[in-house]
Amino acid sequence: MNPAIYRRRRLVNALNMGASMFAMVFGLFWLAWILWTLFAHGFSGLHANVFLKSTPPPGSAGGLANAIYGSLLMTLFGTLIGTPIGTLAGIYLAEFGQRGWLAPVTRFINDILLSAPSIVIGLFVYEVYVVSVGHFSGWAGSFALALLVIPVVVRTTENMLRLVPNSLREAAAALGAPQWKVIMHVTLRSAKAGVITGILLAVARISGETAPLLFTALNNQFWNSNMNQPMANLPMVIFQFAMSPYEDWHTLAWAGALLITLSVLSLNILARWLGSQKTASH
Amino acid sequence: MTTHTPKLQVNNLNFYYGNFHALKGINLQIPAKKVTAFIGPSGCGKSTLLRTFNRMFELYPGMRAEGEIMLEGDNILSHGVDVNLLRAKVGMVFQKPTPFPMSIYDNVTFGVKLYEKLSRSEMDDRVEWALKKAALWEEVKNKLKQSGNSLSGGQQQRLCIARAVASKPEVLLLDEPTSALDPISTAHIEELINELKEDYTIAIVTHNMQQAARVSDYTAYMYLGELVEVGETDRIFTAPKQKATEDYITGKFG
Repeated sequence: MNPAIYRRRRLVNALNMGASMFAMVFGLFWLAWILWTLFAHGFSGLHANVFLKSTPPPGSAGGLANAIYGSLLMTLFGTLIGTPIGTLAGIYLAEFGQRGWLAPVTRFINDILLSAPSIVIGLFVYEVYVVSVGHFSGWAGSFALALLVIPVVVRTTENMLRLVPNSLREAAAALGAPQWKVIMHVTLRSAKAGVITGILLAVARISGETAPLLFTALNNQFWNSNMNQPMANLPMVIFQFAMSPYEDWHTLAWAGALLITLSVLSLNILARWLGSQKTASH
Repeated sequence: MTTHTPKLQVNNLNFYYGNFHALKGINLQIPAKKVTAFIGPSGCGKSTLLRTFNRMFELYPGMRAEGEIMLEGDNILSHGVDVNLLRAKVGMVFQKPTPFPMSIYDNVTFGVKLYEKLSRSEMDDRVEWALKKAALWEEVKNKLKQSGNSLSGGQQQRLCIARAVASKPEVLLLDEPTSALDPISTAHIEELINELKEDYTIAIVTHNMQQAARVSDYTAYMYLGELVEVGETDRIFTAPKQKATEDYITGKFG
């Protein structure tokens, strides 16, 4: 052993380790600062009225009830529309995609959709739906969000199904089960936790999206449960209120930002927990 | 070989993975209600041959079998054959245990429900019967609702055997069924094979020559995609006709 080579290797190792630690601390520092600022401003603005009253005109007391409701409703419908399409397409890619040209093409287009800027999705729904019906609406917002859900769910469903060993498919086929039964009762069931995790992550993704709602749901100052009307939502209200010169609007914007962050955080924790359940049972 | 009626008769079978010629002109009879073992070095085609008997290879693209495999007079390789019905008749147990992600009870009934409509009590009886056949009943009778994944490896493999016999196939294909198991579980399963051959025709692929000698009535030695020699197990292991078989069995090769 040459001690000089060994010393040099230890030095290089220490340098690299130091550089990685620095990069990690640098990244975490900003994240911690963002969360700290958000929590400090957000919690001070969080009170019962936030959940009980609708968005106020400047200078009067109010809350975010209409925006919370609109966000929940559009996220719900976006997920309900996007999830079945995404799951079925993911099943197709994983289980039937070995032969032919359709699957590789679909996978390629899905990857493009996955990385498409969400404002493009918003413009698309504006052009195709909003213009033809003539007004902004909650449905338009839901459609735009559904288009964001689909590629995420397609990708995770396919990946999770591919993790299921072929030996399990063979075992089910060896009993004489037709392919759809193999998929429904064996493959999909094995991948269930992962598929649900993917759906939760998609929900987390759309719950903070602003751009796709800008041209579709727009905003609404009042309480509205009609999906055919423009609909208030947290991201748009935050955008509008944060840009305004009014102090009480700023406070509400912080509270809204905190609510979105907390819900995304809890969805991620739930998804992680579900993922760990899966590994624990095997 | 001629003293028993063949359950399966293989005539001039050739098999290709893409351009690779994996099985070369196989001719073979598998007698009814006997155990036939396939031995040979890795890659000799014994598993490939087993997987033609239930057309399992068709799950993957680029694979092709030519020739005839007659199951009681019908060529199972012909296009008109319903693969799912064929697989209901020709069951298979794999190298690694493959319990489905469901309860022990549901694992056993999975194949039965596909082709039979049984009442609740008939189904209960069938599950008990199959688990007894697989020598697993005593260990699981009080936890039939538990997940199949909760069992030990040896129990899981016996569950897979119970699942395969539950739908009452005529032929049972065992693809190295004990290679992932400890010696005690292996002994369990070998005993089981001895009992099962009273009702089923069994074909087993094994890497373990002692196992072939212990459990089988007939043994086929394969090498490089060819069937070198087949005959009664006692004769193959004591007086093989081919030099290649003797070299493999005595450990000079392979």
